[in-house]
This record gives sequence, structure tokens and C-alpha cells, in this order.
Amino acid sequence: MASSSTSRRQRARRSLIFAVFLVALALLYTGYKAVGQAIDDTQRDWWVVGSFLPRSDDKNMPPVLDILAEFGKAPREGGTTIGKLTFDGALFTLREAAVGFGAGTIIGLAIAVVLLQSRRAERGVLPYVIASQTVPLIAIAPIVVVWGRTNFGFLPWEWEDWMSVSLIATYLTFFPVAVNGLRGLQSPSPEATELMQSYAAGRRQVLRRLQLPASLPFLFPAFRIAATASVVGAIVGEISAGVRGGLGRLILDFAGKYITGPERLYVAVIGACITGLVAVGAVALAERLVLARRGELAR
Amino acid sequence: MKTSKKRLVRRLPATLLAVALVAAACGGEDEPEAAPPPPPAEPAPAPEPAPAPAEEGCDGLTEVTVQLQWFTQSQFAGYYAAKDQGLYEDLCLDVTILEGGVEIVPIPVLDSGGADFAVSWVPRGLVPREEGANVVNIAQIFERSATLQVSWADSGIEGVEDLEGKTVGNWGFGNEFELLAGLRRNGIDPDSDVTLVQQNFDMSALLNREIDAAQAMIYNEYAQVLEAVNPDTGELFQPEDLVVINWNDVGTAMLQDAIWADADLLESDAAYRDTAVRFVQGTLAGWIWCRDQADACVDVVLDNAPTLGRSHQTWQLNEINALIWPSTNGIGVMDDTLWDQTVDVAVTEGILSAEPEGEAYRTDIALEAIANLEAEGLDAGGSGWSRATVVLNEGGE
Repeated sequence: MASSSTSRRQRARRSLIFAVFLVALALLYTGYKAVGQAIDDTQRDWWVVGSFLPRSDDKNMPPVLDILAEFGKAPREGGTTIGKLTFDGALFTLREAAVGFGAGTIIGLAIAVVLLQSRRAERGVLPYVIASQTVPLIAIAPIVVVWGRTNFGFLPWEWEDWMSVSLIATYLTFFPVAVNGLRGLQSPSPEATELMQSYAAGRRQVLRRLQLPASLPFLFPAFRIAATASVVGAIVGEISAGVRGGLGRLILDFAGKYITGPERLYVAVIGACITGLVAVGAVALAERLVLARRGELAR
Repeated sequence: MKTSKKRLVRRLPATLLAVALVAAACGGEDEPEAAPPPPPAEPAPAPEPAPAPAEEGCDGLTEVTVQLQWFTQSQFAGYYAAKDQGLYEDLCLDVTILEGGVEIVPIPVLDSGGADFAVSWVPRGLVPREEGANVVNIAQIFERSATLQVSWADSGIEGVEDLEGKTVGNWGFGNEFELLAGLRRNGIDPDSDVTLVQQNFDMSALLNREIDAAQAMIYNEYAQVLEAVNPDTGELFQPEDLVVINWNDVGTAMLQDAIWADADLLESDAAYRDTAVRFVQGTLAGWIWCRDQADACVDVVLDNAPTLGRSHQTWQLNEINALIWPSTNGIGVMDDTLWDQTVDVAVTEGILSAEPEGEAYRTDIALEAIANLEAEGLDAGGSGWSRATVVLNEGGE
């Protein structure tokens, strides 16, 4: 039995490892920068090394401390700080991603359950599900936005552009859920299914009592992939569709001003990383809660 | 247009259903206080925005959407100012400004009904038009092109002819045609006499001296160089450090920001045409306000975009004003000569296969709008305007 004190110690150790990892990353970055600049300074004309390595000057790799300081600076005097702008953007993007994740999960599960019903359906439809993921997002993003503006007037609520971005996130999210969900639903052994059937369990009961619970260990990894995909989808969707308020816009905005303030772009990208981590963390938390209740905590 | 929803609501008897619909459709934004349910058997009341004094004549606001070609910045100050200063509302319009995006092209959005009006450069309007989009230019806002080719002062590039043999950056994606036409007119073959390179939408290639001449908008990238620190002096770069080729002077400039509308709808729907006149009128009034109250206008832009720096946007508005004012025929009214020049470059450069058929621009709407503005005592020509001196800060702060 895992006592609470050991799990707390475990958690503390994990945080420590993460902190050490971050520091190591910062040191690696700074180290590369120092070496790169030393090479630049002494061997500028030695084209093999000088032009082979990615640039490491302050324009392209701003010092770590400068990046951290940028969180507290504002784009203009008295304005909102970059850190706050990034935080607000992250919340906005998380909302888009969460809506997209929710919708994608429902759609993905629905597809999995439908495909479960017959091998023929699976063989006929699955290739299209896979093919759907080869369509480049930036190609469909503007279509989805115009679509949302013109065709969703029948909805009881006013359709806003950020919902179109959620739709784009949905598009990335449903796929891993559908594919892994199907595998999970198919995972119970034929004996287990036959046992259920010998108890006169109907199709629906088999699904609810046997197949769905069995699919959970398959679904949660899919949810993690879907969580990052929904954040990526939201950011890419924002960038291509011109939706304001989220991280995508922020990244694009700061990328345009890169030559006079590269630190800002780094801040926005760090914000995007953290947002992705938060999304995955939320899924991991849900996994712990669900699997713990079922007494199946794997690790 | 989205008027139909409101009209429908108004016509419905005020049953519970109608009350629910009004609450759902108009609740929140335009009617902060959803009035208590109206007496039965009466039509639901038209929206009554309380705090706008100047619009007694309005029978409800017409909802209008306009699709911009890029994000909020001073380039679009006139639209934001007209909205913020209630100039649209005075004309009974409720305007929603839709920002552009990387993949959002305004004319197709307009053509597919995703917006009522669009702001687009003229060549980017004419190409989809040639491919079948039924759009027409109803107000030419910018009279001059903002595209420059920027070099270091020590590069010896003083004019187009000096670009021969140089490495010349451009953004591609339709931004290169003024340059290509300018080269050809000066006897330089773009395919063999210069090295054309694709340039990012910034000036790092010029700052790193990877290219000899960089493409720049006078209101954005050019200013960005002047917001960067010169490592040799420790101060910001100065205009004297740079030389520019201005396509307006070379004679290959192509018209940029204009308002486009649905051509068929203008003919068939009198209400849409009326809306178009009011929208153009409000927009032009916004630009006139931004000319006369430049500092306040920059504040409006900054209020709408928290990531923007003040000095950069002040610079940008000043340069945008210089693209508009003084206006030859009054703001919004097309100058035939510049139109012909744009079409000429577009056809010779192969952007268009032929001169545009039918009516690609019309001036009646802008003329009507200007007449209304002049009746109010506003100056649509801006002959007295002159460039202000804007001090740029590091990073555009």
C-alpha cells in the first residue's frame, strides 16, 4: 500500500527532477551560445564551422536572463506586461483547445464505437479517418472560419471565430481517440466476450461493462496525444484564421518584431510549451482519478 | 448582411418565443438591459442603444462586417477610429471589424459572404476578380504605395539601375511586382541581372548584410530598422544610414488599401448600396479624424491591440496619412492615372492575363460619401496636411 508520505516524497522528487532538468536546459542553451559566439569571434572566416552552426548571437539566441526579464516588460510604457499578455493568451488558447478536445473526444469515441460494430465498417472507414489527418491544417483553417461565419446562423448561440479554431482543434483531436479507442474496445479476449454473452448480455451491456472499461488504458495515452494536439491545433488555427486573443496571435505578432525584440517570441513560445504541459497534466490528473477509483493505477 | 435576423425578430409577435429569441439573438452586447417582456400582441421593439445621442434618425443599427487584410495596426486606424468615435453609429451602422490572418484572403471571404466589405490591395482584388469573384473597388483609400526597397547608405545603391548585380530581397507572394516592373523599366532583367532572394517578413537579412536591398513597407519594416540598435554607435539606426527606392517615384507603384464590395449586390439590393455609402462615409470620416487628431487616433489603435508599441504605431499612422493625404480627388475617389498604372504593371508582369473586364472600380459611392462629409464641413482633400516628425524608440516602444 502506498502511504501518503511516500507519494508526497515521490512528488517532491519529481518536481526536483523537473527543476534540475530546466536548469540543465538553460545551462545547455547558455553553453552552446558561449561556444558559438567564441567560434564566431575567432573563426569568423572559417566557413566550415562558422556557417555550419546555427547562429548563436543575441539576436537569434537571446540570453536566458534577458528572456526571463522580458516577462516583466511591456510592449509600451505603462502597458500590460509580456508575461501577463502571454498568460491571458494561454487561457484563451486553452479554452479553444478544451472545447476542441471535448468535441474531438466525443466524436472520436463515437467513431470507435461505430467501427467496432463490424469489421467491414472498420475496413471501409478507417482509411478515410487516417486520410483526414493528411489534409494540411492551414488549408482548411480559413475555410472553417468563413464557414462558421456564414453557415452556422441556425445555432441558438452566436458563432464566434474562436469556435472555428476549436473546430480545427477537434479535427486534430478525434483521430488518436478514434484509433486507440477502437483498439481498446477490441482488446477484451473473445473468452471474456463469450462469457458475457453466455450471461445473456446484450451488445450494449457488453460495451458498457466490458469493452469501455477495457479501453480506458488505451484511451488515456490517446487523450494525452489529443491534449497536445488540441493545443497545437488551436495555435495553428489562430495563426491561419487571424483570431485574436490567443497564443497563436501573440507568436505571430512577436515574430514580426523579432529583429528588435527576439526575447518576446521566446516568451510566447515558452507560454505555448507551458500551455501544452498544462493540457497534458490535466489529462494525467484525470487518468489518476479514474484509474485509482477502479483500483488499476498502473504505475 | 446580418440585418435579416433582426428584421425577423422585429416582425415576430412578442410571444414568449419571440422574447426568448430576442434574448438569445441580441442579448448581451447591444442591449445590456434586456427590457422586461413587452406587452403581448405588440411587435418586439427595435434595439435602443441608450448612450448614443447623435442617431435619433436610426431605425435600428445595420450590422456590417468588414474583413481586414492583416491584424490591427495603424494601417487600419480609420476603421477603428470610426467605430470608436461613434462615426459608424452616427450613420446607423454597427460595424464588426474582422482582423486578417496568415491564410485569410479578404476578397474570397467577401465573395463567399463571410464579410459585407473587404479591405484589400488592388492587385489582390483584381486577381480573384479575374477568376470570377464578383467584387468591385468602391473606395480607394491609399493613393500611394508604401512598398520600398531599402539599402545601406554605404552600399552605393542610389536608384533602381544600381540594383544590377546585387542581391535583392523580396517577400514574394505578390509583393514583388513593383520591384520586377521597376527593374525591367530600367533595363535590368530580373531573371539574369540581379539575384532575387526570398526574404522573411522582417529586416534581419538586411541587418545581417546578407542582402544588398530589402523590401520594406515604409510604415512597418523600414521603421523596424530605425528601432534597432546600431552595434557600431550603440544608438538607434538613423534614416541617414539608409537609402530607399520608392516605387511611387519610379512609376511602377501599384495601388494598395481599398474597400471592396459585392458587385452584384450593389446592383440588385438598394439597401446594400445604401449601407455601402454609409460605411464608406463613416470610414472616410474616421480617416479624416485620424489625420486631424493623429495622437488620439494612435490611442484608439493601441486600445485595440495591447501588444503594439506606441512610437511604432505613431510612426505608422504618420506614414499612412502620407499615403492618403493630400488626396488628389478627395479621399476614397479613384485616381484614373494610378489605376491605369496599376493595371498596366499587373498585365505586363503577368499578374492579370488582361485588363479587367467590366466595372472593376466605381467612384459614385465614394463621391456620394464625400459630398455628405463636405456638407458637414469636413475636408476630404487634406491639402494642408504635412508629415509630422515622429521619434522612434528602441523596439518601437
